[in-house]
Amino acid sequence: MLRIDCLRSVYPELERSLVVTIMGAVAAELQSLGHRSNFFYLQHAMGLASSTGLGLALCLPEQKVIVFDGDGSLLMNLGGLSTMARYRPKQLVHVVFDNESLLSVGGFPTATSTGTDLEGIARAAGIPRVSTVRSVENFKSAVLDAMQGRDLTTIIAKVEAKGPTAYVTDLSLLENRFQFRRHIQLLKC
Amino acid sequence: MPVSLANSKLIYDALKECDVRLVSALPETWLVHLIRMADDDPEMTLVRLAKEEEGVGISAGAHFAGVKSAMLMQNHGFLASINGIVSFAHLYKIPLLMLISYRGSFGERDPWQTQGGNVTEPLLRALRIPYSFLDAADTAKKRIRQAQTLAESSLQPVALLLMRDLMWEE
Repeated sequence: MLRIDCLRSVYPELERSLVVTIMGAVAAELQSLGHRSNFFYLQHAMGLASSTGLGLALCLPEQKVIVFDGDGSLLMNLGGLSTMARYRPKQLVHVVFDNESLLSVGGFPTATSTGTDLEGIARAAGIPRVSTVRSVENFKSAVLDAMQGRDLTTIIAKVEAKGPTAYVTDLSLLENRFQFRRHIQLLKC
Repeated sequence: MPVSLANSKLIYDALKECDVRLVSALPETWLVHLIRMADDDPEMTLVRLAKEEEGVGISAGAHFAGVKSAMLMQNHGFLASINGIVSFAHLYKIPLLMLISYRGSFGERDPWQTQGGNVTEPLLRALRIPYSFLDAADTAKKRIRQAQTLAESSLQPVALLLMRDLMWEE
């Protein structure tokens, strides 16, 4: 399963959500499908995409929030899973693309390649709905189901360690950040 | 416990007057009253963290949502947050109002706090984070308002160091 195919399968459904991604391949691939003003790409600060999603979800309880996380980033902020579970915003969807690799720095294997089980960690942290998916079809149905907003969900998507040819895009970080905030402020009007 | 309840209340009320509606926190002795006040206040969202760096992401999310926030942490928590401050708050121009208890400074009895005390201000200066001190009841409220104003106008982290003279009664 390729991450880009997963992203493509849910792309049309992202229009009315707030989307936060990690850096690297996830950000570049989502942008390659078409940037939207409701997408924010956290192009550093590994581990904090999920915390950003939690902050958004707590402050905007009527707004669906989707975080596209990765195994390398999540392993840097495992405690953040316990914080998410503690506050449990129902409308927060936490997707973790697990390619068992720190791909953008040359493909160094992460601990999920040697048996660390992110689904088990998320469940034990107290995330109420957790699943692992291995096909695009299952990915799409898991994400769409989680977007119904019945409860906080973490979806581990096992993907191949393949990414785009380039990671830098022509969207400046600050342009993205100001556009994203303005998008949210207009939603509130 | 000789943490000053009156001065904690003063700080908390000043945060409320600045429209702060979300507080992230990790407990430490000097912060116990402040955290309890946030927990008891239905108008305040309190986010108890596992590690302080998460608070950078939480506050960024709050800022995007149009909600003013503050971070309550010990100076060792500030040390643990530095990558988030640099590679999120500085990189993306996110305002942070950081209230940092300044442990390990003059009067400190706990040996384990003393190294963090030595490096707190040098690190704030190295990171070009504007900072001031909350060390007296008569100036605390105004400094909190000024710090919050600067964080919002400059879109950057601003630190207030909570000092023993204000936080501790003995």
